[in-house]
Amino acid sequence: MIKARVTVTLKNGVLDPQGKAIEHALGGLGFSGVDSVRQGKVFDVVLQTSDRAKAEAELKAMGEKLLANTVIEDFSVEVI
Amino acid sequence: MKAAVILLPGLNRDRDMIAALTKISGQAPQTVWQTETSIDDDVDLIVIPGGFSYGDYLRCGAIAARMPVMQAVREKAEKGTRVIGVCNGFQILLEAGLLPGALMRNASLKFVCREVRLEVANARTVFTQGYSQGQVIRCPVAHHDGNYFTDADTLAEIEANNQVAFRYTADTNPNGSLNNIAGIVNKAGNVLGMMPHPENLIEPAHGGSDGRALFESALGLVGA
Repeated sequence: MIKARVTVTLKNGVLDPQGKAIEHALGGLGFSGVDSVRQGKVFDVVLQTSDRAKAEAELKAMGEKLLANTVIEDFSVEVI
Repeated sequence: MKAAVILLPGLNRDRDMIAALTKISGQAPQTVWQTETSIDDDVDLIVIPGGFSYGDYLRCGAIAARMPVMQAVREKAEKGTRVIGVCNGFQILLEAGLLPGALMRNASLKFVCREVRLEVANARTVFTQGYSQGQVIRCPVAHHDGNYFTDADTLAEIEANNQVAFRYTADTNPNGSLNNIAGIVNKAGNVLGMMPHPENLIEPAHGGSDGRALFESALGLVGA
């Protein structure tokens, strides 16, 4: 089994209203040093294979086909 | 013309859409469930209604766009069949890659349910020929993720090709969409996606019928 984490973030330049709202809320809680917040998604995926190269290739395909919308999002794959 | 309505779990405007198509065309549309892999050859107009397919999980329309029926929609669209996606249907068409761009969370972060005004930005499409160029119509919207976004190059291309079918008037843009975009067509002009709900403004009981001409156009009942 291979455990992996796929992280999806908004591309640079794509407006992130949710990140902005979180940023403001942090300010309201007294965290005054926050310069900016961008939010995203994390997917923890467990694969049945033990072949690391195959797993990485498959996770990349999953990112492109479903987990991220590559019009607005980037993703990275990390085998844990 | 024969219409078909795509059904997916979580849609909630399907009955409104079926009622609108039935009233306007005089014929009930065929309904096609998400797991079906083909759509009848004699269907000339495919409509994907609004709602919350798959509970908006992952991204609005993301799961629906990968269901078997969408491959059938894609094949028909490539052959020139007319396709309309309204609200969640628009999100699904974007996620399926049948239209360019993406719909993001409304800039206000609020769900908007109100009436807006739409300018007919291109009255030469098969969907808008029943309107006049620049005509301003009333239309309801109800969505949380209608903020149209795409990169600058794609936006310039969409504008240059006159692919913007409808724009919100500047004072009624409910979601922060780039260039006030409310609805676009593909390059070939046979696929339309729009956030507002024309099916909810087709007869006096709705308080107006500004949305009716869209279906009359798409069904070939007016225009060329």
